This record gives sequence, structure tokens and C-alpha cells, in this order.
Amino acid sequence: MPQSAEKVLDHELLFREPEYQQIFASKRAQFENKHSDAKVDEVRDWTKTKEYQEKNFAREALTVNPAKACQPLGAVYVANGFHKTLSFVHGSQGCVAYYRSHFSRHFKEPTSCVSSSMTEDAAVFGGLNNMIDGLANSYNLYKPEMIAVSTTCMAEVIGDDLDAFIKNAKQKGSVPADFDVPFAHTPAFVGSHITGYDNAILGVLKHFWDGKSKTAEPLVRVPNDSINFIGGFDGFVVGNMKEIKRIFDLFEIDYTVLCDPSGAWSTPTDGEFRMYQGGTTKAEVERALHAKATIVFQEYCCEKTTKYLHEKGHEVVVLNAPVGVAGTDQLVMALSRLSGKPVPAQLELERGLLVDAMADSQAHLHGKRFALYGDPDQLIGYTQFLLELGAEPVHVLATNGGEDWADKVKALLAASPYGQNGKVYPKRDLWHLRSLLFTDPVDFVIGNTYGKYLERDTGTPLVRLVFPIFDRHHYHRFPTWGYEGGMRVLVTLLDEFFETLDANTNVPSKTDYSFDIIR
Amino acid sequence: MASLRQIAFYGKGGIGKSTTSQNTLAALAEMGQKILIVGCDPKADSTRLILHAKAQDTILSLAAEAGSVEDLELEDVMKIGYRDIRCVESGGPEPGVGCAGRGVITSINFLEENGAYDGVDYVSYDVLGDVVCGGFAMPIRENKAQEIYIVMSGEMMAMYAANNISKGILKYANSGGVRLGGLVCNERQTDKELELAESLAKKLGTKLIHFVPRDNIVQHAELRRMTVIEYAPDSKQAAEYRNLAQKVHANAGNGVIPTPISMDELEDLLMEHGIMQAIDESQVGKTAAELSVAA
Repeated sequence: MPQSAEKVLDHELLFREPEYQQIFASKRAQFENKHSDAKVDEVRDWTKTKEYQEKNFAREALTVNPAKACQPLGAVYVANGFHKTLSFVHGSQGCVAYYRSHFSRHFKEPTSCVSSSMTEDAAVFGGLNNMIDGLANSYNLYKPEMIAVSTTCMAEVIGDDLDAFIKNAKQKGSVPADFDVPFAHTPAFVGSHITGYDNAILGVLKHFWDGKSKTAEPLVRVPNDSINFIGGFDGFVVGNMKEIKRIFDLFEIDYTVLCDPSGAWSTPTDGEFRMYQGGTTKAEVERALHAKATIVFQEYCCEKTTKYLHEKGHEVVVLNAPVGVAGTDQLVMALSRLSGKPVPAQLELERGLLVDAMADSQAHLHGKRFALYGDPDQLIGYTQFLLELGAEPVHVLATNGGEDWADKVKALLAASPYGQNGKVYPKRDLWHLRSLLFTDPVDFVIGNTYGKYLERDTGTPLVRLVFPIFDRHHYHRFPTWGYEGGMRVLVTLLDEFFETLDANTNVPSKTDYSFDIIR
Repeated sequence: MASLRQIAFYGKGGIGKSTTSQNTLAALAEMGQKILIVGCDPKADSTRLILHAKAQDTILSLAAEAGSVEDLELEDVMKIGYRDIRCVESGGPEPGVGCAGRGVITSINFLEENGAYDGVDYVSYDVLGDVVCGGFAMPIRENKAQEIYIVMSGEMMAMYAANNISKGILKYANSGGVRLGGLVCNERQTDKELELAESLAKKLGTKLIHFVPRDNIVQHAELRRMTVIEYAPDSKQAAEYRNLAQKVHANAGNGVIPTPISMDELEDLLMEHGIMQAIDESQVGKTAAELSVAA
């Protein structure tokens, strides 16, 4: 046997041993019934053609590798952003295992979330009993201060009504009558994780501001000078929240971050397990009603919430995850205007440093062609920054972006000489992008871990700047927002550029005349 | 939007629910109310008398064509009919496939999110037969219909359905604001229909809002795809519907939490009124041959 306790082979090497190679070969010969290598090559080459692309884009009823997740994932994200709040998904267990593992694989931290474990019985009779038992168990076992409920497809198809169910559960004594159980219907087959984010945060705000499902008087807004910040779904939240708070602190603004999961996904190893850490407290949520303004950092994560904030009388500053110099300027100038305070000297310094760094490196990214996919707002931010760097966004693709989003990106591209070759693809998937990368190649793809298959198939280097990132560690600890975040994004782009350049110039006496020490 | 009144008509299929609701709503429109009808029956016949149309394009059929509900605009699905009554039909999947109940949820969410309820005084939901799953209970969720009107008549299955619908309302009434507005009896000319309807109403803890007499003019109007209110505004039947409309209008806030009864109680009630014969328990399960031997 190739494996021995003295020298344990990782699977990277283990399966290259002759024993395994033999098994693979015999399996292929006897059972796989494979087409000839020539045929496989022929079909593979065909998928790279323009002809195939046309068929690919004519697809109507099939999605292959969508660049989005489902609503409850966004709702679980939101629940993690509130203090001592347990995320409770009304539905089947498998779904919830997915949300937990998805976040844990990205943040490398445990993600607490419970399910009401609906089974076939619940599908037939309705999930009321699951809600009653589930809330009681969650409350008694995990001692949360709040339980935020969302739903999976199953509960939604059979029409379970969360409002009535939660009230019934309270009548049955599952949790005390005045215990906070905000809820949001989050049918997984509608929209994406950003829709779920929107529904869930709206559910929390409505709960606390509109009288806690008729168990308290609705709050009356008494405007003050504070400013709220709602970040939207963000895979870099641990780094970004730190950065956003630092910026607010530099301004000395009285502010409230609504939904801050950075604590939950950044806990130290010191012997104590923290099921809950950080997050926006109930008192902060209630106080946030009185704010003079709310900054919604990602428009498409907060469409309904923005409308609601308007109704409450907030001035709402809606952004599209702006990054880079001009992007961060948008945020900083909005803060300055809202607070009536000048831009802190420290931020001016950081801005100057970012501009300096960009100037130092601009020769390398200038004119480089990029394909990028991800969430709608994030793509607007990245597109803006790429244009600022003189790079060319060529394919901008969002599975969960609509026509309205596409128009915004088109306007950005049209306004820059570097955007003239750019095209926007709303509601498309990664299989569409694969075709594009063959027929209209680019230098780099900006995406998430799933993009590594595109990288392998098309040979286009992948820059990991989109959630989820499973195969690189700790990226989420560094910001992408603010001038500091701009620096990080810049370095990430440059790192991939230089790695690629080195890899392309390292063949001795063939290409190594460009294998330089200094870049 | 505090003044928005939301009501729903439920009742056994074929009972004349859609006819009754459309005539009543036409009469309410006459009274100057701005009305939106939301048909929640896969048959999609809740608006034909108002629109003079065979069947309106439904939200779900248009969504199926367009690819998804998100691709629809409100104008695509909302038609304006008699006296500016706004009409939408939720529609549903082909018989035997999919989930009609989810269709109702999808449609109502779409309407709310796209502002269909803005600027109307009344939203009326017309919901099919029994409340067979959670989807068909969507109109009785919190912040939807405040009062439910059950259309019935003096026959056993209609009363059985009325009782079932009351059970559905009860599920939501204790935790929320939905109430049973009352029964509307659509005359079938069965024996002692009025008394029967009144005693069922009493058992359910509600009242018989109106007894709509049978009149052939309703059929004449229907053949022309019109409400009686529009077809023959001066007829006696039109006056009946106006009367019903006024009662519904005046009934705001007077709904009750229903007290549905058991199957046994329901059967007792029917026997009491001679609709059902008392059964001789000693004969149950006996074949004709056995009975003739016993005799």
C-alpha cells in the first residue's frame, strides 16, 4: 500500500501512486464507456467556438453554474449581524446545513444556525408544530436574546405563515410573549441571497420600529444627528466593518451599523467558544429609527429596505458598493455633507497614499482586460475601480443582476475611454461566461472560488475578490472598502498580474529574458 | 393606506361565489368605492362579469410566458372593467401539476410589491372552494383580508365547506386580525334554506348577512358576461345586490372569530332541518339481501 503511518501522503500525491493509477485505468477501461479521446477533444473544441456561444446564449430553460446563492443564505447572514441573535430557518435540515457550511468554508469560523427540521409530515400538515417545538428548543438550549426566523422553499411552497405561526408558538409558551422573534419570508426560489438580505433586515427593522408584531407600541421617530450604515451582503465583512467603523470614528460621527456580523465571523481561539459575538444590539436598532440619515452601501441588497427607510423619513444615501478612489470619495463626501464636518486629515492622507500606489503601478494594469462576475453592487464598485486604474472591464456578468443594474454598468462603461469594449450580461451564468472567455478572451477574471474551473478551462488567471472564497484563506479579514480597501484590491490585482507574468517568463533560455527581479 | 379595506369571498365551487362577489363589488363601485378584485382561483373566472371577457390573462400564465414573475409589469396583468374596477387574476398551473397554492402567494406578493393596492378603497379576494393548503389561506394572513364572507346555500356540501373555511379562519384569527364577516346565502331553492342558513350562521357564531334570492335575470346577465347591476340596474335583483353591498360596507370591524362545529354537529343540524335523514345504525353495512332476510 502506498499509504504508511510514517509518511502520510495527502490526496494530492496519494492518488498518483501506481496502485490507484491502476484502479483508475481499469475503471475507465471496463466501466466508464467513454467516448474516444479524439471525440472528447472535438466536442471540447466545439464548446470554444462562436457557434457554440450562440447556442449557449439562446439557452432558455437551463442555468449552469449560477453566480448566486438563495435567499435564506442572505437571511442567515443578517441574523448573524445582530447581537446574541440565533438564526432560525423554518424548513428542512439539509438547506440549513448548506448555509452553515457555506459561511464556515468562507470565513473559517463556525456559523450558528438552527432549522425547524421539517419532514414529510410537516409538508403535509404544515410546519406549525415544528415552529412551536423549534422555538422552544432554540430558546432553552442556546439562550439567545433574539431569534430571527426565515424560510426555505419547502415552508414557502406549502404556504406556512410565519407571523401567525410565531404568534401561535408564543401562545403555546415556546418563548415568552415579549421575546423578540423578527421574521422574513425568504422563498429560496425567488431572487437570490441579496433578496434574502433585504427581506431579513427589513423584517428586523419592522419588528423593532413598528411595534414588535403588535406586542408593543410602534416607536415614534424623534430625529437626531446620528447616521446609520447598512453594508449589504459582503464576503469581506470582517475587514470591511473594521474599516467602515474607523472611517466613521475619524469623522467623529454618531453612527449605528445596522447588521454587523464581523464579530460572529472573527472569534479568537482562547479556550472559550463564542456562539454569539458582536452584532448590532436591540437598543441600537431601536435608536437607529431616529437617525437623520441612513447610508445603504449596496443598493440591490436593500431595495425594499430603502423604500421603508424613506417612508420613515430618513434621508437615504444609496451607493453601489463603491471602491477605489472616486468610489470611496462618494462615501467620504456623503459623510462630510451629512455630518457637516470636514474630511479628516487622516483620510486625506490615505487617499493620497492610494493615488500614489496606483500611480506607481499603473503601467502594469493599464489596458489589461478583465472579466468580472459577482453580486450587482460589488460589480459596479469593481468596474468603477478598474476604469480608474485604466484597466478594461470587458465582460461584466451577474446572475442576480437585472436590466436596471445593467443600465448602470453600461453608463459607467460609456463614460470612460477604457469602457468602450465592455459588455454587460445581466441574468447570465458562469457557463455563458465560459463561452465569452473563449471567443473574446481577457487577461484576468475577477470572481470567486467557483471561477477556478473557468481558470482551468480557459487558462485565464483568476483574481479572488468575490464571495465565496473557499480555496484561499483569510481574505475576508482584509478590507476592500475605503481607501485602505482600495489599496488591498489594488495589491490583489497586482499580485495576480505579477504571478502570471512570472509564470509566463520562467522558461530558461526561452522566455526568461523577461524573468526580471524588478517589476 | 389606513383606510384600505380588504375582504375575501370564500365558498364551495359552483355555489355562485364569483357571481355574488362581482355583483356585490359592482354595487360597491356604484357607491363610489375604488375597487381591486384579486381572483385567487385557477379557473380565473372572478372578473369576467366586470371585464365582459371570457377569461382574463392571469398573472401566472403571463409569468410563464415571460419566464418569471419578476419580468412582469403591473400594467400587463391589471385590467380595468366596469366603473373602473381594477381586475387581476392569479391563475394557476395546468390541472394535475405544480402548486396552485404557491401561485396565490406569488401573485399576491407581486401585486403588493408593484403597488396594485395604491389608491384603492377595497381589495377583494375571490378564493376557490375549500382552504386546501396554506397558499389558499394567503388572503387571510395578517394585514390581508380583515373580513371573510362565505358564500353558501342550503345544501350539505356547501355547508360543509362553509364550516371548513371557518376552521381555516379560526387558525389565523386567534393570533391575528382576520374575522368572519358573515355568511351570504345564495338561494338554491332547497327546503327551508333560509332557516338552515340562519342556524348555521348561529352555530358558527356569526350572522347571515344576506339571503340572495334566486332570479333568472342573473343567468341572463351572465350570458352577456355582465353583472346584474350593469345589465339591469333597475331590476329587483340589482336592488338585492346593492342591499348586500351596503351591508358589507357597513360591516367593517363587525367580524367575529368563528366557532366551527364538528362533523357530527353539522349532520345533526342537517337532520334537524330535514335535509338529511336520520340513519338507522342497525342497518349500516348490511347488504340488500341481508336486509330482506331481516325484514
